Amino acid sequence: MDFSAGWQGSGEERSGDARPHLVVIGNGMAGCRAVEEVLKRDPHRYRITIFGAEPRVNYDRIMLSPVLAGEKSFDEIVLNDRAWYAANNISLVAGDPVAAIDRSRRVVTSASGRSVAYDKLIIATGSDPIMIPIPGRDLPGVVSFRDLDDVEAMVRAAQAGGDAVVIGGGLLGLEAAHGLTLRGMKVTVLHLMPTLMERQLDEAAAWLLKTALEGRGQTIFTGADTAEILGDGKVEGVRLKDGREIPATLVVMAVGIRPNIRLAAAAGLAVGRGIHVDDAMVTSDADILAVGECAEHDGACCGLVAPIWEMCRALADTLTTGAGTYRPTATATKLKVSGIDVYSAGDFSGGDGAEDIVLRDAARGVYKRIVVRDARIVGTVLYGDTADGSWYFDLLKKGEDVSPLRATLIHGPVAAGAGGGDPHARLAALPAEAEICGCNGVSKGAVVAAVEGGACTLDAVRGCSKASASCGSCTSLVEGLLALTLGDAYAGERGEKPMCKCTSFTHDDVRREIIAQSLRAIPEVMQKLHWSTPDGCSSCRPALNYYLLCAWPGEYQDDQQSRFVNERMHANIQKDGTYSVVPRMWGGITNPRELRAIADVVEKYNAPLVKVTGGQRLDIFGIRKEDLPAVWADLNAAGMVSGHAYGKSLRTVKTCVGSDWCRFGTQDSTGLGVKIERMTWGSWMPHKFKIAVSGCPRNCAEATIKDFGVVCVDSGYELHIGGNGGIKVRATDFLCRVATEAEAMDHCAAFIQLYREEARYLERTAPWIERVGLAYLQSRLVDDEDGRRALTERFHVSQRFCQTDPWAERAAGAHHEQHAPLGELRPAPQILEPAE
Amino acid sequence: MITGDWLDVGYLAEIPLRGARTISVPGGDDIAVFRTGSDQVYALVNRCPHGRGPLSEGIVHGSSVTCPLHNWVISLASGEAQGQDKGCTPTIPVKVSGGRVLILRSAIVALAPVARAA
Ligand code: SRM
Ligand SMILES: Cc1cc2nc3c(=O)[nH]c(=O)nc-3n(C[C@H](O)[C@H](O)[C@H](O)COP(=O)(O)OP(=O)(O)OC[C@H]3O[C@@H](n4cnc5c(N)ncnc54)[C@H](O)[C@@H]3O)c2cc1C
Ligand code: SF4
Ligand code: FES
Repeated sequence: MDFSAGWQGSGEERSGDARPHLVVIGNGMAGCRAVEEVLKRDPHRYRITIFGAEPRVNYDRIMLSPVLAGEKSFDEIVLNDRAWYAANNISLVAGDPVAAIDRSRRVVTSASGRSVAYDKLIIATGSDPIMIPIPGRDLPGVVSFRDLDDVEAMVRAAQAGGDAVVIGGGLLGLEAAHGLTLRGMKVTVLHLMPTLMERQLDEAAAWLLKTALEGRGQTIFTGADTAEILGDGKVEGVRLKDGREIPATLVVMAVGIRPNIRLAAAAGLAVGRGIHVDDAMVTSDADILAVGECAEHDGACCGLVAPIWEMCRALADTLTTGAGTYRPTATATKLKVSGIDVYSAGDFSGGDGAEDIVLRDAARGVYKRIVVRDARIVGTVLYGDTADGSWYFDLLKKGEDVSPLRATLIHGPVAAGAGGGDPHARLAALPAEAEICGCNGVSKGAVVAAVEGGACTLDAVRGCSKASASCGSCTSLVEGLLALTLGDAYAGERGEKPMCKCTSFTHDDVRREIIAQSLRAIPEVMQKLHWSTPDGCSSCRPALNYYLLCAWPGEYQDDQQSRFVNERMHANIQKDGTYSVVPRMWGGITNPRELRAIADVVEKYNAPLVKVTGGQRLDIFGIRKEDLPAVWADLNAAGMVSGHAYGKSLRTVKTCVGSDWCRFGTQDSTGLGVKIERMTWGSWMPHKFKIAVSGCPRNCAEATIKDFGVVCVDSGYELHIGGNGGIKVRATDFLCRVATEAEAMDHCAAFIQLYREEARYLERTAPWIERVGLAYLQSRLVDDEDGRRALTERFHVSQRFCQTDPWAERAAGAHHEQHAPLGELRPAPQILEPAE
Repeated sequence: MITGDWLDVGYLAEIPLRGARTISVPGGDDIAVFRTGSDQVYALVNRCPHGRGPLSEGIVHGSSVTCPLHNWVISLASGEAQGQDKGCTPTIPVKVSGGRVLILRSAIVALAPVARAA
């Protein structure tokens, strides 16, 4: 279907044709559709000439993805073949781009020198792919993804074999990656942003998509900043700013598009990002119109065809019946990757007064989210099941009041079909065969039968019908059916409280499922366990982060943004927004060097207060977040590390002087305390954890109000657990007595690990023991020696990854964004200097 | 760089997802620029209506932030405290263009004296 350069269709320069001449620059989606719309309104009004830079007829650009994937041929995506141009007497100048517009003479001139006069001119030059200005971008083997030539270059590269790198994890990049994967290449996608398709998808859907694509063999790096394309004479690989190198014979740049406004700008038309047009699609020159991606209407340019079709209609009205009016509407996006259904429309950013309705069906890999504001759908993201996308989009565009559909909206039009405004009436109106639980395929009839058969609690229904047993999402429907069937007899109940309002699962459920389903990231937990919010809340996120950290030591990537401020800043926030800094003093012992360093810090950073804490160490107050890394560097230099006075982690190990000095001391309590602190520091726990070692039963270190306490006696060491001072004082329970220091330490490690693995987040050891009972802990820690050894072992494994001083990492520059402001605003004149 | 009334305050990429960065305003309260999980950007005076807590250090979830001091939940879009709590933090118009974050200059100029007086 290619034409030699400068091929010209029929209908050339009909002398004597007195009709006004309509000239179109751009033989693409918008240019040809605009002509079609004009012809539809008035087939005889204009004599028409179309210039196209590409040496071919008009084709469906969005179908280039299936062509690349080998699912379609070029012939199948042609929109208008030669016969169409001929039948409509259109001159097509293909393969000879327009080089200049002379507005005063109303003439366009092509690259080959052909000049054509116009009465009305349409500019439909589309966009150019953005090529990021990095070294190597001109090497053979670097292509964009915009036209058939690009697709042919990619197909040739795939046939030659080798690896591909696609830069850009948006719609276009992922479709390119998919096509190349199907053509047998090993593909790596590099995406600058933290999540794929961030403009169309929320984090949850993006995570599902990433997992699915990885499952198909693609390697996906997010947060990947490309530094350079490597190669000598041809592409050999890509180097990232962090130094990683990825070998490749093909590099596809799909990082975005830039409206092609060169001609218009050179001709002096008003341009911004695109060519300025009014509602009638007319540019600053009354005889020149612009349409498609090159046009900018009301400050916005578009990159999808739906608004372009609207533009073409308005433009055709203007050229025939009188000024058209283009009104941009919401757009919807679908990813064209076979087997992966992703749909997104409207605004899903949430915000004030916005309410999220979320359905997650892990069994089917489905995530659906509808954002409702003022009783109207404003946005939707669908993954896995996009069948209802158009229905939601329709409701969105119409701005329809969805409150009558609210209860079943997320289940789509079928569920919404029955009943009136009252959710109970709607539930009552549902036919018996209507599906209530999508995961387990349980119908309304089956649920009602279960209730009538005696299952009068949610748990009982879950037990006998399996409805709502996998996913929380239909729980409200099941509860509704319980209420409907039992009437007043159903009071509504839930046993153990759910973790937070984002889920119907309890802490214990979540911990169990993390292990059972091998869940390894927060978005994965939220998806598999049907979180009802897109990214959780400030109460579940820190808990999930901890549970994952505990379950997958060394592997789980800690999420800073799911940490409470103190743990994120590695210092304690004060009421005025400054921080206090407590360096570790092992077992409460210090020396001149440490004291001097602390004194220096206090002076150097003007700390208003330094104080001895109740945990036997020094606390420096009033440090600004900007100064924290420098303070830590100074303390590190004197050999001190973080004291974790801020963490749900080991705080201090209090000791008394013990047998080395004290006349009553039975064992080296200070020495053992230091050893224990060296073993346990850095560990993350459900809540803070304090230890003390006293040298004799006088117990000067207050070991019997600590989470773990050791009281030394002549014959060995008495181990105590589950005490605390604080709000509700609880003295410890006696666990057991051991003979050696080594045994005391092993028991300590085992106890901490059991606490880490089984307590609920923010549950300190005292309430935990009250809940599970001392007998249970003795059975695990004293009676079951093998079990205890395994716990100790797991604790040490976990500690291998925890005992890095977070202060040293920060002092060396890690997470500098947590400390430095983005910029500073100077007083008049208001000038801002962005940070490095 | 200044474009019209919009002040360029830095790269969007420099703000952690579900996090915030601050802009120092000498003589006034800092401005906190937030970036949500769905990549929306908001700017607020960095001061909780409850007790002036630095909202930039809170946990960002959905389009809200939980204050790090006493857990009030503040809407990033309106600055209003959510739920039972009553109070409002001033918001500053912000937009993203070409990967850069821009805040409305006139809004800050209007704010500065108030911030100083407070
Ligand atoms: C600094 C210190 C007070 C002091 O100047 O001595 C202190 C300061 C704080 N304590 Fe404490 N506690 C300090 C020793 C204690 C002690 C005494 C001890 O550890 O022997 C107790 C009672 C013993 C206990 O924990 O069982 C204690 C019981 C509490 C409690 C109540 C805990 C409970 O289970 O009821 C809280 C509240 C909480 O953690 O939720 C708390 C919380 C806090 C917090 C972290 C409040 C907060 O979240 O901001 C304070 C941080 C201030 C800061 O910015 O540094 N602090 N706190 C002590 C630091 C010890 C250290 O070196 O790390
Ligand atoms: C691979 C791919 C997949 C896509 N998938 C989708 C999708 O699923 N959904 C969706 O809505 N959108 C999709 N798009 C976007 C959609 O294709 C564009 O929005 C649409 O093509 C824009 O139409 P246009 O006419 O403005 O630009 P184009 O279709 O690019 O047409 C512009 C034409 O003008 C020509 N031209 C430029 N300068 C000159 C000159 N000086 N003289 C003569 N001719 C010139 C160009 O060669 C080009 O042929 C996809 C795009 C690509 C590349
Ligand atoms: S009791 Fe403790 S403090 Fe008192 S003497 Fe013995 S060891 Fe020392
Ligand atoms: S200062 Fe924000 S909640 Fe108290």
